[in-house]
Amino acid sequence: METIKKTCLHPRHVALGAQMAPFAGFDMPIQYSGITEEHNAVRNSCGVFDVSHMGEVLVSGSDAEKFVNHIFTNDIAGAPDGKIFYGMMLHPHGGTVDDLLVYRRGENNFLLVINAANIDKDIRWMHECAEGFNVKIDDLCDELAELAVQGPLAEDVMENVLGIHCADLAFYTFKETALPDGSALLVSRTGYTGEDGFEIYARPDIIVEIWDTLMASGKVTPCGLGCRDTLRFEVGLPLYGDELADDITPLEAGLPLFVKLDKPGGFIGRDALAAMKAQGLRRRLVGIELADRAIPRHGYEVLTPDGTTVIGTVTTGYRGISVDKSIAMALVSTEYADAGTQVAVRIRKKTFPATVTSRKFYKKSYKK
Amino acid sequence: MSKTYFSKTHEYVTVDGDSAVIGISDFAQKALGNVVYVDMPEEGDEITAGEDFGAVESVKAASDLIAPVSGEVVETNEALVDNPRLVNDDCMANWIIKITLSDPSELDSLMDEDAYKAFCESEAAH
Repeated sequence: METIKKTCLHPRHVALGAQMAPFAGFDMPIQYSGITEEHNAVRNSCGVFDVSHMGEVLVSGSDAEKFVNHIFTNDIAGAPDGKIFYGMMLHPHGGTVDDLLVYRRGENNFLLVINAANIDKDIRWMHECAEGFNVKIDDLCDELAELAVQGPLAEDVMENVLGIHCADLAFYTFKETALPDGSALLVSRTGYTGEDGFEIYARPDIIVEIWDTLMASGKVTPCGLGCRDTLRFEVGLPLYGDELADDITPLEAGLPLFVKLDKPGGFIGRDALAAMKAQGLRRRLVGIELADRAIPRHGYEVLTPDGTTVIGTVTTGYRGISVDKSIAMALVSTEYADAGTQVAVRIRKKTFPATVTSRKFYKKSYKK
Repeated sequence: MSKTYFSKTHEYVTVDGDSAVIGISDFAQKALGNVVYVDMPEEGDEITAGEDFGAVESVKAASDLIAPVSGEVVETNEALVDNPRLVNDDCMANWIIKITLSDPSELDSLMDEDAYKAFCESEAAH
């Protein structure tokens, strides 16, 4: 049996009385004060998440750019250093190995941030794909911890509580800087909440120091993975395991913006996606909204309006917090994927009418 | 004179003659957190001891309601439709369904308040 891992902030979570639960092999805080309160703190002021479970991999060497572009759906070639790209690694058949962020530190140096649940699979995959490339793949998962500072007041907190100058940082860019005491860190204007915000990567002891400064300030709300999920869901961001998986392609998940089918040299999975696009997609990720208060949850069946035929599955669903409706993302047959289409959802023993909508239930407030 | 019994799945049943109300215990509402939806049966439905008759949902999860006793649903608590958080405010006053008991002897297998309190303490210790 595998032992459960703990982040450097684990004792802090326990001391705060967080409700802890296993997530992707880590004992993580699900909530402290409550999911609703924490969710609203991020929408209205500033919340802080321990996301040290996320995996970090450094790809370096003379073929680094070529290699990353080979395994990644977005196009990083020739981009300015300091830029961040979102995209996926795919299997040759087009299914998703993982979705990830690529931080461009230099032409020969990229930091890849991957999902905790996929760390072993991803690193194995990268090594398998690296044959013939002059690259070094370094697992930094244990050396780096990570915090997400999210919400409309995040910039103020970063500048005035932590003394990290970041007001000039553009959306999806990063810089390597330091705390006033000289502790090194990497800060990016990124997040997973639909709000403005930053992510900080540093050595575990530095992350603990930052956490303590933030908590002592009284200006932030500690936030657990519970509201991380409700926040990302309301703005239509996918979670690997729900909206993306080994057998779900990014085209089906509605992410063509991050898939550069025409980039020079292609990428692993490119031909499968191009063929799928040419033939027409069989299923698509949509939003659905119920008139009733009943809540569609992950795995529930989506049906034809008369309730007789299964046409898809709910990938994530909630009673929205910022949007007071019962809403879900669902992977459904393409013929039912247009906004306004009537469908139904089976919730336990009953079937409820639902309407297909956009996946963007709540408007993002990024500072670009 | 009414008496309240509890099940191991944290439902309570308060009995007055052959009439009873069923809800979730304080231990259950605290464990769930803010209730955002209560899925209730219809009036006239039969519920069977040990089987689910609905669900109570928090933001994060749906938790089945397991019938502590059998009977016919004579009333559902309509106030919970628009204000499910009443369950958090006062779970004993805000029962979920009212039933007519079909087999009062089923009450013998449930816990009284003291036994339930001890049961919750042993659960919390895990």
